[in-house]
Amino acid sequence: MKVAKIKIGRRSFIKSSTLASGGMVLGFNWLMSCDMTPSQVKALPKEWFKINGFLKIGDNGLVTIMSPNPEIGQNVKTSMPMLVAEELDTDWNDVIVEQAPLNTTLFKRQLAGGSQSIRQGWNSLRMAGATARAMLIEAAAKTWNVAASEITTSEGQLIHTLSGKQAGFGEMASLAATLEVPSEVKLKDVTDFKIIGSSRKNVDGSKIVTGKPLFGLDYKSENMLIAMIVHPPAFGMKLKSIDDSKAKSMPGIERVFTIKTHESGYSLGAFDNDAFNEIAVLVGRSTWEVMQAKKELIAEWEMAEAKVEELNFFGRNITVETPAGLESTADHKRILEKMSIKKAKVVRKDGNPEAAFKKAVTIIERSYTCPFLAHNTMEPMNFYADVTEEKATLVGPIQTPEIMEQSVSKRLGMPVENIDIQMTRMGGGFGRRLYGHFLTEAAVISKEMKQPIKLVYSREDDMTQGTYRPSYHAYYKAGLDENKNLIAFQVRAGGIPESPLAANRFPAGAVENYVAEEWSQVSNITVGAFRAPRSNFIAGAEQAFLDEVAEAAGKDPIDFRLELLTKAESKPIGTNNDYVASRYAGVLKLVKEKAAWSTNKNPDVFRGTAAYFCHNSYVANVLDMIMVKGKPVVQKVYCAIDCGIVVNPDAATNLAEGGLVDGIGHAMYSAMTFKDGVPEQNNFDTYRLIRHGEAPKEIEVHFVENKIDPTGLGEPPFPPVMGALANALYRATGVRQYNQPFITDKPLAG
Amino acid sequence: MLSHFKLNINGKVREVEVDPTTPILWVLRDHLDLVGTKYGCGIAQCGACTVHLNGVAVRSCQLPISAVGSEKITTIEGLSEEGDHPVQKAWLEHDVPQCGYCQAGQIMTASALLNQNTNPSDSDIDSAMHGNICRCGTYTRIKAAIKTAANSQDLN
Repeated sequence: MKVAKIKIGRRSFIKSSTLASGGMVLGFNWLMSCDMTPSQVKALPKEWFKINGFLKIGDNGLVTIMSPNPEIGQNVKTSMPMLVAEELDTDWNDVIVEQAPLNTTLFKRQLAGGSQSIRQGWNSLRMAGATARAMLIEAAAKTWNVAASEITTSEGQLIHTLSGKQAGFGEMASLAATLEVPSEVKLKDVTDFKIIGSSRKNVDGSKIVTGKPLFGLDYKSENMLIAMIVHPPAFGMKLKSIDDSKAKSMPGIERVFTIKTHESGYSLGAFDNDAFNEIAVLVGRSTWEVMQAKKELIAEWEMAEAKVEELNFFGRNITVETPAGLESTADHKRILEKMSIKKAKVVRKDGNPEAAFKKAVTIIERSYTCPFLAHNTMEPMNFYADVTEEKATLVGPIQTPEIMEQSVSKRLGMPVENIDIQMTRMGGGFGRRLYGHFLTEAAVISKEMKQPIKLVYSREDDMTQGTYRPSYHAYYKAGLDENKNLIAFQVRAGGIPESPLAANRFPAGAVENYVAEEWSQVSNITVGAFRAPRSNFIAGAEQAFLDEVAEAAGKDPIDFRLELLTKAESKPIGTNNDYVASRYAGVLKLVKEKAAWSTNKNPDVFRGTAAYFCHNSYVANVLDMIMVKGKPVVQKVYCAIDCGIVVNPDAATNLAEGGLVDGIGHAMYSAMTFKDGVPEQNNFDTYRLIRHGEAPKEIEVHFVENKIDPTGLGEPPFPPVMGALANALYRATGVRQYNQPFITDKPLAG
Repeated sequence: MLSHFKLNINGKVREVEVDPTTPILWVLRDHLDLVGTKYGCGIAQCGACTVHLNGVAVRSCQLPISAVGSEKITTIEGLSEEGDHPVQKAWLEHDVPQCGYCQAGQIMTASALLNQNTNPSDSDIDSAMHGNICRCGTYTRIKAAIKTAANSQDLN
């Protein structure tokens, strides 16, 4: 056991009157009205005893654990409470999980983003369980008049072996709840884990498969109206005026008006970016009626002016420049090409790349591009708002509740204490729901209506609103000497409107002469974090390029990477390399072994490999492709991951499988394109997402076993598979892929 | 203009006053508090709104209430009384969902497939499920769960 000082805010563990049991249960929320299937729970206790902000224990030993972070499908609502339950030493079958309310006093970082929930919650969640366990032991020691050090626990039982005394947690909970919170607690050794490392089912699984209300779009209240929006049809345009004469007379319509999401002079918060500040709003009694009225609204649009705004990104001021004009994908392509051949800002330079390239016997130069992508969460953007003079209640899917609380407070001119944001399960996030303009819009609409409303984006509103993955370009150059050794490496990466460069990632650190440059070009098409921002392009580009370099060097692509990683480990170049070479090599070796890379030489199977490190975790792939009637089919993907301790193995495997399917899908099929500012895709008939028959027939996920503190999995499995896919496509068709998506309407060359 | 309709939903008669063009999706969600059936695209491209009409999978976003008459509609809430349809059980066994939003539609399409074909091949599954998008990418688990359900003793 290791002793851990409680440094993560003891307030989190102290009983708080602001969280009386009634408020915690969110009893008024109709999403919870169908809670808890009886088969899961023995019987509800007569009384709950609140031990700390994370948990309460019933008189019958049932434990309610609050899951602090937003759930977007990454399964934290199961895995985060598992950490608490482990250190509490309770029986997982006695655990009820509830979504915690937004409470920045009790909880730290109630945010879903950057694959950080488990990594950053690892200590605080375990301490929450461990302090409760210590308090239960203390209560038993007092009751039995024995030394606390002689009491052990196991699956919800307190045991004093010397006297033969035993009691359930429920019997000691009332006393424990009155005791002092200890100033330090002992945490279990990794080898003593019983819950962490064993697969536990999704705590919302049975509600999901029976269609219970769980999501923001499912939320409703008495007197609630439905609100929908009309935003400009093109980036670079803004609302001039509306003619609502027909729309407002349509059946079921209450009001039609316009709102400004932010008033002029509003200083933007970290996630307030929004393409269309002024929008038209239609409010009515049912979704279908509002949808019909929406078609009858006549709006006049005009060109928007260029603007420069300051955005406060966690204390750092960022300038956001929005040019005027109507942009097209054809223009973007020209910009990417033009900028990529100019000298750009050097971010990192090791050795003397210019001299090394002159000396090189073989030079390889390649360029890679990708389009904008829409997040397309299956649940479109939506939020419920009930804003009165006194308070604002906001319910819905949001990845950044604690940050949007500040924005809404500022926009409504209402103190944060009077704003209650409740988190629902999210029908996907992928970064889209970091940007909560729809929450602010809902609040502004409800305030205007003086009535509760649920704002609903149609799929078309959602897909054409912006907040896209940027369009990127990466130019690579490699130099080999006469012995086919890689002696020089250059990457120049840029994009609209940001660069995807990660200058200190592999192969930085493994090549003596290295230079990384970046550039960017402003745009009025808005972008946002999209699952594994920047890595979601640069990983695939880099890994496809390294495949070509390995080929030119006459080396096996895995062995080529391993040789470089050996160099990076034994004699690293530079000081800021942001990866651990041995862990990087570890996943490559594991995938090599599991895929029988060296021995499996089936001539009908075309194999591509890739490896990448991002968001603190390491992932390597081998992707097997076969050709069926001239079409490439992904037969199997082998995936090796090092994310430290794996909290919930089957769920982690599921998340990795999803990341691989998602990566293959986006690289292969998806694109968001524009003509004169207008998105050319607005629904799933024009925007291609991967479908059932296009997914790999089989996926095998393997985890490196170690005792390193866990890191996240929402993002890391997504980027590298794009490289493995490109490399397998090359082996299957003889044609290298440089531009995503790889498959458009045209048949794949080869 | 509002009209009165009597529907047969999950074995019960339900009455509503709505515009005759209203798709069953919105009747279920807005008027009958049956929100398990999801809105994803509104143009029958994603499958999130799938329900059964006389046991056959249909996209409820494209099914106006005026076209339904007294035919039997089954939604995810009515697929089984205790949430124990073989497909639901298989979904739990394989712990299929990630975000979970599309899964009601996936389950309704899968259960309709198994109504017609108790032993579907991989390509039968791919073609039956083609219209159901899962943005989280749970396709391989869905296929495994459909096979488990197909092999289950309980499947009639």
